[in-house]
Amino acid sequence: MSLTFLLMDAPYEQARTSTAFRIVDAALRRKVGVRVFAYEGAVSLAMSGQKPHANAVHGRTLEEEAHPTPHAWVSALNELARENGVSFDWVNCGLCVDERGANEVVPCSRRGSPADFWKMNLESANTLVIPTR
Amino acid sequence: MSKYLLIESRDPFEAKCFSQRCELALALLGESTGVTVFLVENAVLGARAGAKAHGLERLAKAGVQLLADEFALRERGIHELAPHVTAAPLDSLVGELASGAKTLWN
Repeated sequence: MSLTFLLMDAPYEQARTSTAFRIVDAALRRKVGVRVFAYEGAVSLAMSGQKPHANAVHGRTLEEEAHPTPHAWVSALNELARENGVSFDWVNCGLCVDERGANEVVPCSRRGSPADFWKMNLESANTLVIPTR
Repeated sequence: MSKYLLIESRDPFEAKCFSQRCELALALLGESTGVTVFLVENAVLGARAGAKAHGLERLAKAGVQLLADEFALRERGIHELAPHVTAAPLDSLVGELASGAKTLWN
């Protein structure tokens, strides 16, 4: 069994992104396979160039700040799926990638098109679209 | 039995569309359909004990199941819930999805 999720929000913007990651995490822990179609700004979630930073205002070092990066979350979800023996497929909309120059992504994600979302939808037990506002 | 899952993420005291979502939940509810409204993010502000979220009370009285993301509740320091709302992990939301509930996110 698998579930499909469509995400649209860019990283570092909305609570929806962290909620979506938490839902995906909960699904994988239930041993439910997950397919994610990242659309529009969400294609930047998997960009491998994101870097954590220190917090000079609060006097915290890079390690103390432990700033999370969405691409690390994507990789962590892929690892969780592997540990639990379930599928994890993260597809970035190619047109959206090209528009944003978001080509450098973590290896556990791949390029696709809205047709992939249609196929994911057909092959999954259910689909949740988390739209932007 | 058909099941509907409405995931509400907006603060019910701020979002004008919240009352429309309540109307939708009531319209979907029937003898052969069950409706769950799952509150996440700022929508859990309506789940506080003493909150005047009349829309949620109306849903509960009609038979809609009201769940609130326990993580979102903790984030906002909400420890006491209105009697018609139950705290739940996102795992239960995944359970509803996996069972094929027709789902909408707002």
